[in-house]
Amino acid sequence: MDFELMINSFPKLLNATVVTLKLLSASLFFGLFIGLLFAVLRMNKNPIINKFAYGYSYIFRGTPLLVQIFIIYYGLGQIEYFRSTVLWVIFKEPYWCAIIAFALNTGAYTSEILRSAFQTIKPGFIEAGKSLGISSRIIFYKIQIPIAIKQSLPAYGNEIILMLKGTSLASTVTLMDLTGVAKYIISTTFRPIEVFIVAGSIYLFMTFLVHNFIKFLERRYNY
Amino acid sequence: MGLLAFGDTGWGDELFYATLMTIAVSITAMLIGFLFALIFTPLKLSKHKPLNLIGNLYTTVIRGVPELLVIYLFFFGGSGAIMFVASMFGYNDYIEINAFITGAFAIGIISGAYSTEVFRGAIQSIDKGQFEASKVLGIKKHIQFYKVILPQMLRLAIPNLSNVWQITLKDTSLISVTGLVEIMRQSYIAAGSTRDPLFFYSFAAVLYLLLTYFSMKLLNRLEVKYSRAH
Repeated sequence: MDFELMINSFPKLLNATVVTLKLLSASLFFGLFIGLLFAVLRMNKNPIINKFAYGYSYIFRGTPLLVQIFIIYYGLGQIEYFRSTVLWVIFKEPYWCAIIAFALNTGAYTSEILRSAFQTIKPGFIEAGKSLGISSRIIFYKIQIPIAIKQSLPAYGNEIILMLKGTSLASTVTLMDLTGVAKYIISTTFRPIEVFIVAGSIYLFMTFLVHNFIKFLERRYNY
Repeated sequence: MGLLAFGDTGWGDELFYATLMTIAVSITAMLIGFLFALIFTPLKLSKHKPLNLIGNLYTTVIRGVPELLVIYLFFFGGSGAIMFVASMFGYNDYIEINAFITGAFAIGIISGAYSTEVFRGAIQSIDKGQFEASKVLGIKKHIQFYKVILPQMLRLAIPNLSNVWQITLKDTSLISVTGLVEIMRQSYIAAGSTRDPLFFYSFAAVLYLLLTYFSMKLLNRLEVKYSRAH
């Protein structure tokens, strides 16, 4: 065991954790909107809209995240026309490509989580709202969404942890996140075990925090 | 479509073999995972504190750390560990382990953590009466396990195991970083030499979708078969 290396690499890895957390929070933020949008589309009665939303979640859940990042980062840049549009400003940055891929990916999983949460809401709640003369828009925002959020908390907590681990793939498109820096230190020092222990502990600590935060929310919203 | 031609002109045959490689690594990893689950499920269920701790440590660490980091640990540390063991037996030459074994082992350990959780959940949801009844009937411990617990456990576990299979299958794409020529690595090579990444990565996505689609069909059939008996 090379303890000196472990101590020396800790600040570098901690710095890289900031990148990981930025990637995570941005992808979760956009992913939540995408997830909500597609959950609502999935419950639409129009078969075309419904199928489209199903196809979206099927494709993103059925293929590895690595393929998705590579298509967005290496693939889209190949289209000449695309490079001349304004979007290219965003898509030429590996940082934004990673966030877009992560957000689309977590959005697909989130849509499934939210959809099943919406579908398990007892019809009685909505009927009660209707019979009180509350408009369906208010019913959606004030009754369905809060209940669905509460229902989906445990599953969404898992999704956050999966996404935290998923951000490690940013290192495959040249970003220096926690895993990227860990790999760099390993390949220059040939001390895989020591670096794994330090980087792994940082990841585990974050998983632990997410886990407990979700537990806390669950307790708070338990009624 | 010329890009996908078989033979020297296209990448069809290379991608075909790469797909077989993905299937082979996934199955091997899944089986290695079962071996780990076989060891760690009893530990997780054990009432003995230290054993219980080892079981929990395995599933918590593996499920809380990125797959890629585990793969790097094995990729960079695997041959070192083997050489260390070999040196204790007096063998001091350089040993390089093959990318297939490293990859299957790394993914297998990850897959095993998920399988352990599935088996633990399945055993815990078996009615306590089943254990008591077989005890009362004087059935021996190991027969009780094989004839009473295992059949019921498999029925409960199969739907969740098919989830583990999907995760394992998708995780094998990460082994491409170690140079094993599976779907992702082959697409990377093809994309680099033809300068057509969009086509090849999209095609890789289609291959993965086909793999998940057909394996799910197969597993659903298995699920129906096992739940019918009860």
